[in-house]
Amino acid sequence: MILLGKIAFRNILRNRRRSAMTGAAVAVGALALLVFGSFTTYLFASFHTTLVQQIGHLTVYRQGYFLFGAGNPTGYSIGDYEKVMGTISNDPALHPLLNVVTPTQSLVGIAGNFESGNDTAKTFLGIGLLPADRDRMRQWNEFGAGRVYPPDLRLSEDDDTRGLVGRGVARILGLCAALKMEDCPSPPPSPTQIADSAGSLDADIAGLSQSEIGSSNEGNGMPRLDLISATASGAPNVVSLSVAGSEPWGAKENDDNIITMHLKLAQQLVYGRSERKVTGIEIQLARSEDIDLARHRLVELFKANNLDLEVRDFGERTPFFGQALSLFRSIFVFISLIIGIVVLFAVVNTMTMNVMERTTEIGTLRAMGVRRHGVRLQFLIEGAMVGALGASFGLICAVVIVTLINQAGLTWIPPTNVTPVPLLLDLFGQPELLLGTWIGLVAVATGAALVPANRAAKLPVVDALRHV
Amino acid sequence: MSLDTNYEGRNPVVRLERVAKTYKIGKLEVAAVKGITLDIPAHRFSMIVGPSGSGKSTLLNLIGCIDKPSSGHVEVCGESVGELSDNAVTDFRARNIGFIFQSFNLVPVLTAHENVEYPLLLVGAPLAERRRRTIEMLAAVGLTEQANQRPNELSGGQKQRVAIARALVKGAQLILADEPTANLDTQTGASIINLMRQAQNKFNTSFIFSTHDPQLMSHADEIFSIRDGELVKHEARRST
Repeated sequence: MILLGKIAFRNILRNRRRSAMTGAAVAVGALALLVFGSFTTYLFASFHTTLVQQIGHLTVYRQGYFLFGAGNPTGYSIGDYEKVMGTISNDPALHPLLNVVTPTQSLVGIAGNFESGNDTAKTFLGIGLLPADRDRMRQWNEFGAGRVYPPDLRLSEDDDTRGLVGRGVARILGLCAALKMEDCPSPPPSPTQIADSAGSLDADIAGLSQSEIGSSNEGNGMPRLDLISATASGAPNVVSLSVAGSEPWGAKENDDNIITMHLKLAQQLVYGRSERKVTGIEIQLARSEDIDLARHRLVELFKANNLDLEVRDFGERTPFFGQALSLFRSIFVFISLIIGIVVLFAVVNTMTMNVMERTTEIGTLRAMGVRRHGVRLQFLIEGAMVGALGASFGLICAVVIVTLINQAGLTWIPPTNVTPVPLLLDLFGQPELLLGTWIGLVAVATGAALVPANRAAKLPVVDALRHV
Repeated sequence: MSLDTNYEGRNPVVRLERVAKTYKIGKLEVAAVKGITLDIPAHRFSMIVGPSGSGKSTLLNLIGCIDKPSSGHVEVCGESVGELSDNAVTDFRARNIGFIFQSFNLVPVLTAHENVEYPLLLVGAPLAERRRRTIEMLAAVGLTEQANQRPNELSGGQKQRVAIARALVKGAQLILADEPTANLDTQTGASIINLMRQAQNKFNTSFIFSTHDPQLMSHADEIFSIRDGELVKHEARRST
């Protein structure tokens, strides 16, 4: 075997140019797979991080909320949620896995800006949350692929009237100037004046808002929105929101609709003076690999405590994540196939030429007593060696290129994100990608050598010796 | 055609009985060897001679077990090789037959030492023995100095010496040489013939040549003349 390896290596060196071309094809394949693979992995990690920072890993809902809750959000709310959160946080099996456990309230309603004669209104999607928990969740960066946000001082635990609006909401409701937003045009005059009746509705809403919340949020210098929604009992309810700022969302439909506010304000709007509930409890884990473990434990816990709750992970809440994952996996598989085919043909071509050139040598070896299998093995080793050398060189090139990219300080904006994050490709943290690419390419090169190797092994000795 | 080539009281190294070999070239059948029966004595310098296309190389291939007869019986070193599987006949060659080719046929990427050592690897000789026998054999053919040179660094005569060493190193009973001096000048050819003769005497091996080189034929113990695929003459020149 050592002699076969020696002969294989020397034959590779003997046909330097041909071997180099074939090895280069394998190397380029390895380089492409590794760089694209590490970019894809980084992209997933970045996207994953963004989502986990926003909604955590797992969300606890009342049974049925996920499928039917949109039709009756208050009907599927979780009552006594603080007790549920306590049960989760204090569970000895779950406790070490947890990073943040925080309640959230979703709602829909109409937001109106009736100050300074704006008289604009639009429907909105509201998210009620605890600002301190939001800040902690936005620190999560397990893979180093996301942006760690500093605490957002615009929201405050002390002032539950404050909120943030999507940039689109701010634009539509004419808050650009008040919020000193750049690249945010003020709405042009309405083509048709709103009917008097509508105007009186605005006045009614404003008055209702005033009567509901008094003047608790007046005088903080922030623009104000009036939010109207139906309470759990179906009655209209209004609160006033001090707009502390705007925040961009990746998708326009989110940007144009989302208003983030303190949980208490959301609860006040949805539940009025009745029991305060939440639509979900978001759980952020310290490590993503614990999702299944934590989910399993949560289900056990709810069953043991007779709690009518279910658990959904962030992938279920954001189907786009799975779709993007599948898309990039498909692209990766497609690229792998193309590269595999290129390598296959390159090696087949090279080995076929080697067999042709060495036909007399094959005949000599067979005459000397080398079995057919020995000849086959000889060419398989050569194919594997070309593959191994090419893949190793490609791996070294990939390491150099990834290092250069990482040190170049490049940034990019991942899907659903609006702020740039550093582009940091992780190659060393992916042994399965490194090994898989290397082994895969060597296997393809070895497999490609099989056809010419078999042809060499089956050559009649006499014919091989006669070959000129 | 059959001539008296029977050596009573001695086991021949090669025994052919009505051996024929026919090649198909398209729809045409060409008989290269036509029912030859002969015995070639062991420990002799035997030559198969004849003009080009007479079938001497085909006969040598059949004796060397690298080709199969269309009909007839081939026995080499006491083994009926026609019945053996491909692996078995390959192993048989590895143990018993050494080849010397007209174009030397050394493995170009191996040094002289490695070329000579190769047959020993095939018979599973241990490392120390391989090393000892290779060095001895290279010394025997006068190539100790060139042991680490590759074939492209050797002259034609030196290459053929390596080929002779390679054929002899495993202690083969039978050495087959197909026109071993054809690619060498007269002087080098003569030295190679002398070397093979010395080796035959020293190692008590059987040499069978195919040749039409008169210089080589002058050293023959036995001459088998082939013409149009038939044995036309057997001449024993030196008594055993």
